[in-house]
Amino acid sequence: MSTLQIEQVSKLYRTSGLAGGVTRALREVSFDIDQGEVVTLIGESGSGKTTLGKIVLRLITASSGKVVFQGADIAGFGRAELREYYRYVQGIFQDPFSSYNPIYKADRVFEMLRDVYFPRVPQRAWEAKIDSALEAVTLNPGDVRNRYPHQLSGGQLQRLLIARALLLDVKLLIADEVISMLDASTRVDILNLLVSLKRAGLAILFITHDLSLGNYVSDRTVILRRGAIAEMGPTPAVFGNPQHSYTKALLDAVPQLHKKWHSPGAVRDVSAATRRPGRSVGPVALAPPALTECEPGHLVAVEE
Amino acid sequence: MTVRVENLKIAYRTLAGDVCPVDDVSFSVGDGEIMGLAGESGCGKSTLGTSLIRLETRMAVLGGKVELDGVELPIDDDRAMRRYRMKEISLVPQYAMSALNPTRKIRRLAADLLRCHGVGYGEIADELRRRLDLVGLDAGVLDRYPFELSGGMRQRVTLVLSTLLNPSLLIADEVTSALDVSTQRAVGELMMEFRDRRFVKSMIAITHDLSILAQIADSILVMYAGRLAEKAGSDTIVNSPLHPYTQLLLASLPAVGVRHDDTTLVGIPGRPPPLSNPPAGCRFADRCPFAYARCKEQPPFTEVRPGHQVACWKVAEEVQAA
Repeated sequence: MSTLQIEQVSKLYRTSGLAGGVTRALREVSFDIDQGEVVTLIGESGSGKTTLGKIVLRLITASSGKVVFQGADIAGFGRAELREYYRYVQGIFQDPFSSYNPIYKADRVFEMLRDVYFPRVPQRAWEAKIDSALEAVTLNPGDVRNRYPHQLSGGQLQRLLIARALLLDVKLLIADEVISMLDASTRVDILNLLVSLKRAGLAILFITHDLSLGNYVSDRTVILRRGAIAEMGPTPAVFGNPQHSYTKALLDAVPQLHKKWHSPGAVRDVSAATRRPGRSVGPVALAPPALTECEPGHLVAVEE
Repeated sequence: MTVRVENLKIAYRTLAGDVCPVDDVSFSVGDGEIMGLAGESGCGKSTLGTSLIRLETRMAVLGGKVELDGVELPIDDDRAMRRYRMKEISLVPQYAMSALNPTRKIRRLAADLLRCHGVGYGEIADELRRRLDLVGLDAGVLDRYPFELSGGMRQRVTLVLSTLLNPSLLIADEVTSALDVSTQRAVGELMMEFRDRRFVKSMIAITHDLSILAQIADSILVMYAGRLAEKAGSDTIVNSPLHPYTQLLLASLPAVGVRHDDTTLVGIPGRPPPLSNPPAGCRFADRCPFAYARCKEQPPFTEVRPGHQVACWKVAEEVQAA
């Protein structure tokens, strides 16, 4: 059984104001995440990728559909069950500097965890636990303990949050744009860390708008467009043999070191470049486009 | 040469002493050239960019000079710089998404901006509409507030407004960083288009993303900890970089098609040294896998091949030996 099953999840936001209406942030999205697997959720701004991450973390509730974690529907969790749920499922977000309270030392995040989950662990055992978690994320305790967030780099702060998750019995990590604020030189280290955690059996939902990063870490890729799945399947299949025009357009737009967007001398079509492939005009239909299987495990939506 | 910067040294005065994010920097940008400025955060890229227009009055110019079209810019005099801003030298700031005044409609914002620089809105309204059309926005955006526009639209509006008076130099600070890939491409191509149409003569594009620069820049300047590390044509930097820092930066970029299972990329261990107390000698030495005894001295920024400048002892020796 999969660690996490997302079944037909939809989310509607009621937009207020004069134009009052309904925004369909997610349209019947379904996929699973297995143990020891990284699933990348790729989409542009407004595609609903962060909404889905928040639904899995139960920071918001789905309008319809359900999220099943190890056989239990998370919508039914009460206070105590939710606390247990967070023992297994943790999220890490984009901006490491706003994840911390700037007036407290950064390693206070560990103490807060201890109060809730490990009130009876003796001090010495607790320290040993923290040290091993820091070691797992390749941080030197001397560098990061007892420091304020502004004294640490973005990469160190993100790693501290991952270490915090590791103190719990985390089985599923929701990583929402965890590296987009970091320098290229530290990004790869965080990605490699995620892969080593995956090999240790963790399930990871990696949410990003960066296709090359998604391709680097993930086993399976889900491409979201306007709240619905446009294409999903094993990462090599989706990237190597993209079927949906949206996936192709995204792949074309990725800046690459050794391949120019245009061959030299060709005439640039600026009007084509400013047309967003993601935002075609017209209202979004309630029903998502139907998915068909083009090769084993590789699903493609009909074009909208 | 449109822009010539010589031995520029910029400091922030703090109680703990001067912090020098730009230390003895010299370079030039030619007519019609897009120069990329790359490096990690905290290497002085943005300080260098904003110092050319003197946006921050807390900056102290400790030495050097900046020439634009043969005229020396008064970069240490805020008031005297006013004359040059927008007309001769213009900047798209790092957070262009929030650079627009949220309480003004775009038309009013443009009119205010132009009036500050002594140009009537009426004289230029047609040109403004033409340029908005060029970037794929209809004239309706003029009657909208910034919050009504998407990130990419705001970025394009900022680009149009800052180049409206055809400045000689445009400094674009991380303009593509917060955007989706397809919008990133659109904005990148617009920057090239603006250059081709001579809306701007030359451009300095500041970013930490080398792959964007590989697409749009003619030459790339790599900075490390306030000093110049390497400068060459963008193809040379991407295909045959010489400075170890550039090589490691490029090696840490995952390209499309590279998977962790096949290739494990590595980042650069450590972080740039604090600029308040930079190490003597080569500032990259602590993180450099090739560091040796001579790196205790500061390497000069010299031309090792035609059009290819590097500040590294090892590279200089190897080129000399070859």
